[in-house]
Amino acid sequence: MSGLAPRDATEASLLAAAHGVPKIRMRGVKKAFAGKVVLDGVDLDVPAQSSMVILGGSGSGKSVTIKSILGLVQPDEGVIEIDGVNVLTLPRRDREALGDRIGMLFQNGALFDSLPVWENVCFKLLAQNRITRAKARDRAAEVLAQVGLAASVGDLSPSELSGGMQKRVALARAIAAKPDIIFFDEPTTGLDPIMGAVIDGLIVDCVKKLGATAVSITHDMASARRIGDAAAMIFKGKIVWEGPAATLGHSGNAMVDQFANGEREGPIQMELRR
Amino acid sequence: MDLVLNPLAAVGRGVLGACRTVGNAALFALEAVSHLFRPPFYGRLFLKAFFEIAYFSLPVVALTAVFTGMVLVLQSYTGFARFNATGAVANLVVLSITRELGPVLAGLMVAGRISASFAAEIGTMRVTDQIDALTTLSTNPMKYLVAPRLLAGALAMPLLVLVADVLGVMGGWLIATLKLGFVSATYLKATFDFLQFDDVFSGLVKASVFGFIVALMGTWCGYNSKGGAQGVGGATTTAVVTSSILILALDYVLTEMFFAQ
Repeated sequence: MSGLAPRDATEASLLAAAHGVPKIRMRGVKKAFAGKVVLDGVDLDVPAQSSMVILGGSGSGKSVTIKSILGLVQPDEGVIEIDGVNVLTLPRRDREALGDRIGMLFQNGALFDSLPVWENVCFKLLAQNRITRAKARDRAAEVLAQVGLAASVGDLSPSELSGGMQKRVALARAIAAKPDIIFFDEPTTGLDPIMGAVIDGLIVDCVKKLGATAVSITHDMASARRIGDAAAMIFKGKIVWEGPAATLGHSGNAMVDQFANGEREGPIQMELRR
Repeated sequence: MDLVLNPLAAVGRGVLGACRTVGNAALFALEAVSHLFRPPFYGRLFLKAFFEIAYFSLPVVALTAVFTGMVLVLQSYTGFARFNATGAVANLVVLSITRELGPVLAGLMVAGRISASFAAEIGTMRVTDQIDALTTLSTNPMKYLVAPRLLAGALAMPLLVLVADVLGVMGGWLIATLKLGFVSATYLKATFDFLQFDDVFSGLVKASVFGFIVALMGTWCGYNSKGGAQGVGGATTTAVVTSSILILALDYVLTEMFFAQ
């Protein structure tokens, strides 16, 4: 097997799971931008079909961690494995093929303004000619229904949607191609608490229905407890704690508990920038 | 000693920076062009960009060409009258329009419209994570966003310049016959007798190069924009200024190539 081409993916995934290999494994991942160290040796295991939440303050390296796994950022050092295959050493074509198995919900939705909602939802399927445009409309309606939106929303432009609806459409786009790994970048940011809970519920439902592995980054502790099986905290570019998401706030780790409870005093020194 | 070396160091840094920028833009263009020969091909995006350049730029290019032709006749008539050479006005107009003014002025007009539009659209996509989203949706952004626009720029501009050539000459003819008393048939005969295929062809080649440059600068500046609205605004300005300067500079190079002998 040269890599993780789609036809090999299920086989590789089953094989890896059978051998107890984590779905995602990061070891010693380092990344610096213009001399500023952002990731300083990240080690993280994400078991298959689990939901991992990565916590951390602004600038702690959460987004870069996810972007490194997605291939949007090339780490300076380290190993990132998916189903036991080091994706950093994969040829470009295999690396691109890996994208077929991955879904991503961006913080601001990142919906394409120039396309109607239904084309946004089925973008990947259309781009890869896996579906005709006529069938894509039906598939979009089906996926939009999964996230609680009417089929008529498909004809709207993203700019005509509210923030909550945009998140739902972005979620629909992330799951439309039935990925087996889904990333969520601050899925509830900018939403009111009720809409945040709705989006969390949809995330949990969709991930379970697909049998996917989920990795989320969030500042929202309520959201983290709702969507995560496990949680990890990143601080100054390193994973400093891992544990069950349910224990956030009373984990016994002073740093994690300070962050989860939003306490001003504690081991985390907040740097106030002018 | 530092007083001497510091300015030199600044010049050196500037030159190195310029070389790096030119190199990056060239690599960007090469990668985008390479995608034109490898599937998948995004025909709809090409047609959309082609339509945007060729159709929506038509009014501004047409107006520019007509007025340029009109002014050119007035100016050349005034000058040539001093040497009793007003008979050469038609020749000068057709030569100037087809060889130089048509492609250059159309290029500058399209640079203002299209470079800015491409830079703003792609820049906004960059700062709102839409380009990263393309990558996660198994779509190469260079192939999807850049390659179709470059092809559209290179193919649409010659059409616009062809229209500009015709309208520029007609603008001149209008003033020559209505205001300056030229006989219509004589003026047109002088125009067509003097016109050579090479003149039009060199203008169209220039147009194609300028169209490519306009699209390249727009997409490149947008693709590399950083920050928020300010970054996109900066990218848009840079795209227009750079493409305009490159059009003027390349105009000289291409003219040298075509007409040096």
